[in-house]
Amino acid sequence: MNHKPLNNRAWFFVLPVLAFVMFSSIIPAMTVVNYSVQDTMGANSFFWNGDQWFRDLLDPSTEIGARFNDALFRTLAFSLVALAIEVPLGIVIALNLPRKGKAVGVSLVLMALPMLIPWNVVGTIWQIFTRADIGLFGAALTGLGLHYNVTEDAVSAWVTIVVIDVWHWTPLVILLSYAGLRAIPDAFYQAARIDGASRWAIFLNIELPKLQKVLVIAVLLRFMQTFMIYTEPVVVTGGGPGSATTFLSIDLVKIALGQVDLGNAAAMSLVYYLITLTVCWVFYTIMTQIERRRDA
Amino acid sequence: MTFVLDKISLYVGEKALIREASLTLERGAMHVLLGPTLAGKSTLMRLMAGLDRPTAGRLLDNGADVTGVPVRRRSVAMVYQQFVNYPSLSVYENIASPLRVAGVARSEVESRVKDAARLMRLENLLDRLPAQLSGGQQQRTAIARALVKRAELVLLDEPLANLDYKLREELREELPRIFAKSHSILVYATTEPTEALLLGGSVVTLSEGRVTQVGPTALVYRRPDNIEAARVFSDPPLNELKIDKRGPLVTLENGRQLPAVGAVSRLSDGVYRLGFRADAVTIGEAQPASLSFPGQVAVTEIGGSESFIHVDVGLGVWVCLVSGVHEWLPGVNVEVTIDANRAFVFDAAGQLSAAPYIAKTA
Amino acid sequence: MTRITLDGVAHSYSGKAQTERDYALKPLHHVWEKGAAYALLGPSGCGKTTLLNIISGLVIPSEGRLLFDDVDVTRLPTEKRHIAQVFQFPVIYDTMTVAENLAFPLKNRRLPKPMIERRVAEIAEMLDLTADLNRRARGLTADAKQKISLGRGLVRANVAAILFDEPLTVIDPALKWKLRSKLKAVHRASDILMIYVTHDQTEALTFADKVVVMNEGKAVQIGTPADLFERPQHTFVGYFIGSPGMNLLPAKLSGARASVDGIEIQLAGAYPSPPKDARVQLGIRPDYAMLSAAPGIPVKVRRVTDLGRKRLAHVSLGAHHMVATIPNEMSNVGEEANVVFDPARTHVYVDDILAQGTPT
Repeated sequence: MNHKPLNNRAWFFVLPVLAFVMFSSIIPAMTVVNYSVQDTMGANSFFWNGDQWFRDLLDPSTEIGARFNDALFRTLAFSLVALAIEVPLGIVIALNLPRKGKAVGVSLVLMALPMLIPWNVVGTIWQIFTRADIGLFGAALTGLGLHYNVTEDAVSAWVTIVVIDVWHWTPLVILLSYAGLRAIPDAFYQAARIDGASRWAIFLNIELPKLQKVLVIAVLLRFMQTFMIYTEPVVVTGGGPGSATTFLSIDLVKIALGQVDLGNAAAMSLVYYLITLTVCWVFYTIMTQIERRRDA
Repeated sequence: MTFVLDKISLYVGEKALIREASLTLERGAMHVLLGPTLAGKSTLMRLMAGLDRPTAGRLLDNGADVTGVPVRRRSVAMVYQQFVNYPSLSVYENIASPLRVAGVARSEVESRVKDAARLMRLENLLDRLPAQLSGGQQQRTAIARALVKRAELVLLDEPLANLDYKLREELREELPRIFAKSHSILVYATTEPTEALLLGGSVVTLSEGRVTQVGPTALVYRRPDNIEAARVFSDPPLNELKIDKRGPLVTLENGRQLPAVGAVSRLSDGVYRLGFRADAVTIGEAQPASLSFPGQVAVTEIGGSESFIHVDVGLGVWVCLVSGVHEWLPGVNVEVTIDANRAFVFDAAGQLSAAPYIAKTA
Repeated sequence: MTRITLDGVAHSYSGKAQTERDYALKPLHHVWEKGAAYALLGPSGCGKTTLLNIISGLVIPSEGRLLFDDVDVTRLPTEKRHIAQVFQFPVIYDTMTVAENLAFPLKNRRLPKPMIERRVAEIAEMLDLTADLNRRARGLTADAKQKISLGRGLVRANVAAILFDEPLTVIDPALKWKLRSKLKAVHRASDILMIYVTHDQTEALTFADKVVVMNEGKAVQIGTPADLFERPQHTFVGYFIGSPGMNLLPAKLSGARASVDGIEIQLAGAYPSPPKDARVQLGIRPDYAMLSAAPGIPVKVRRVTDLGRKRLAHVSLGAHHMVATIPNEMSNVGEEANVVFDPARTHVYVDDILAQGTPT
């Protein structure tokens, strides 16, 4: 129904937002684009470099290219692992949350708590938590005889970052799934009971199809966030040991601020941004195509 | 005061939702939009209100062109099928809301709200919330809110469709009386011919986005201009029979030949479609001056005071009306008789060729 | 299973019922016979859905027992009850085709594949769904989806009862009668007990052999459609059945004579004197009160409504409003007219209950 009569006054409502977006996003972004084609260390010294940075970046044989490649794969791997754990776990927990009565409010609040903590505080909490001497987590694991050392052992560092992310963000998947489940009318469950369906059959045939739209959103959000992860690894592992947990964002900051190699960093951030955008777009298109084919 | 639709059309892509609708709506009169679901009644009402912009055509309010004027600047009230009330406001506040928005003085707000509440029998419920009311009471609140606005154009989109059957009957009786006192242009959309007849006024029959006939309700009922209007204005559905008239004989689709009697005998030769309502068909012995057909009972539907017997006559399933409560069991062989003097005759293009004598209405 | 027995079944949503008003469903005794079609008819809130849910097991009654044959199933979970239910809006499994939907209950019970296929084909044939068997259930119209819901109930061989909860609510009005006919045809073809809840009298009277008219949690009358029309036992039944409903006029009664506002009305029988403070009403359906040129009861005509195939006159008999039918032959109706009541169909109600008269 898009035949609404034209009401031009509505544009005025959009102007403040437009201005804000201009200042906070578009103008800085233009700066980055500018930097990415120059060789610069800021402070007004600019040397035109054309697309040299981009070519270096995308060529794994160069030093910067290899570094970029490694960081990219590391980040992708992290996203996939995190998603593979968080989405099923979130759905399972959502299925088991109470749907009626006072317990609903209490359990939802408890579930949401981890998301409410500021990200660097999360990092700090877990940094202490994982210490082998005074941290509960670290002490428990070493007590069990496992070799656990966040600062020395790459595997421990990875596992820790994944655990932190799962703890911190599974609640998002839980809450989205819970909302999706609540939207399913009772009659479907009643009909399924009458049809003699097992719990698994109910999940497969009623709950999962009806959760599909919600899951698209959940996966998209989680992917974007895990792909951009910065604070927690920086606080807990510092990107180490070595470069084991140096994800793209961390690497970027090291180059930009650490080495003040702004040109390279700018090019890298543009490529980073485009990759995120492309993956999200591809994913979203696939999911909506599946849905469209289903409706046909 | 008149409201005119001048060749209004609405196209969505290639699809025509409304095709060249031209209507003249009079003040203080009830206009019923009658048509099946998806015929375009709601779409037409939205165009009249200014909620949607027509692709072609003009809307004229007392001569002034209001096409494209958004609904905020028009004087329109609308009542929907789902009882739409503000859930957090009391009944009083709900009814008062349009007046508050218009900035009406407080004392006048109170008197107008009380008037509307009295008319809709809501005086004792003024401080309740919509959630505490029954469906009928919620809808009456919505109607009161539409009334109190004293809008020039009041649109009711199947307002009684979500109510219990008996409640629907009662409200249907009340509505003409209530609206007779207002001076607005009333447009009421419905799918039920009975409702249209009970509301009176004039009827606009709609089929697939096209206006098929406009006129006083009882007149359109008795004399549909074309087969589309006849189909829309029949409940149970119109029984149809295709005939080929040559001289004194009439040949049916299955080859059977019958003598041309009654109105049929006065037609010129050609192919026609007979349309006859359930009350023009009887079950019983054949009569000399009528067309009779053997058939088998498919099912009997029992309404409150009437029974409708669906009979399969080979050329289709016809519905016959018998008064009182009777049950004819499926499979029973019966003889179905059409009163040829009460059938409408439509030519090959669907236009009316002959109609039964119109009995005087009281 | 040959019958379902309700033994004092009652339900109060607050648990313990203290007064009459706490009951959503008042204590009910009834036996439902196998193979019969019943309708529960009544306005919103009358308790019909509660009763249906008790039979299907979705609600456990706060009082009384529910027996399938002689087995107490009051607390037996739904899945063990051998019943099927069709809901107000179609419940289908989106991801499956029509055939898979119909096969679902049988697959869950692990029946052998050829048997499942045979049964699905049978039921699809009965419901005119054979052409759509391989289509995705999701893309079909509402009435096809409701047929699938019904089919899932029918496909199980050991289903003893099918319960319908206002199943035609979302169906296009033009298609309602088709689905109604189909439901009736299915009932005749199978021998299953069917219980149908609705607020629409046409649906109830068409579908059922026996109708249970309910109001405010109580079963007011149980009878065949003809019974309910000709001899309503309660004024509520008179009002609810019939379109429009029965006229109820306050009257004074003595023996075989009755009077409304001083005007005498003839009765077909002699009635015992009612108790002193009882409310006496005469009930006559508009169908049996005809306007006539012949002498009769004088009335003032207030309004005439034209229903196409019949015309109704809203008249005042003394100070009371009633509705009468205008015979087709009468072309002009003035402000004053005469109404003739059919004495055999003029009923007397004392305190809302039908009084028995001895024929004179």
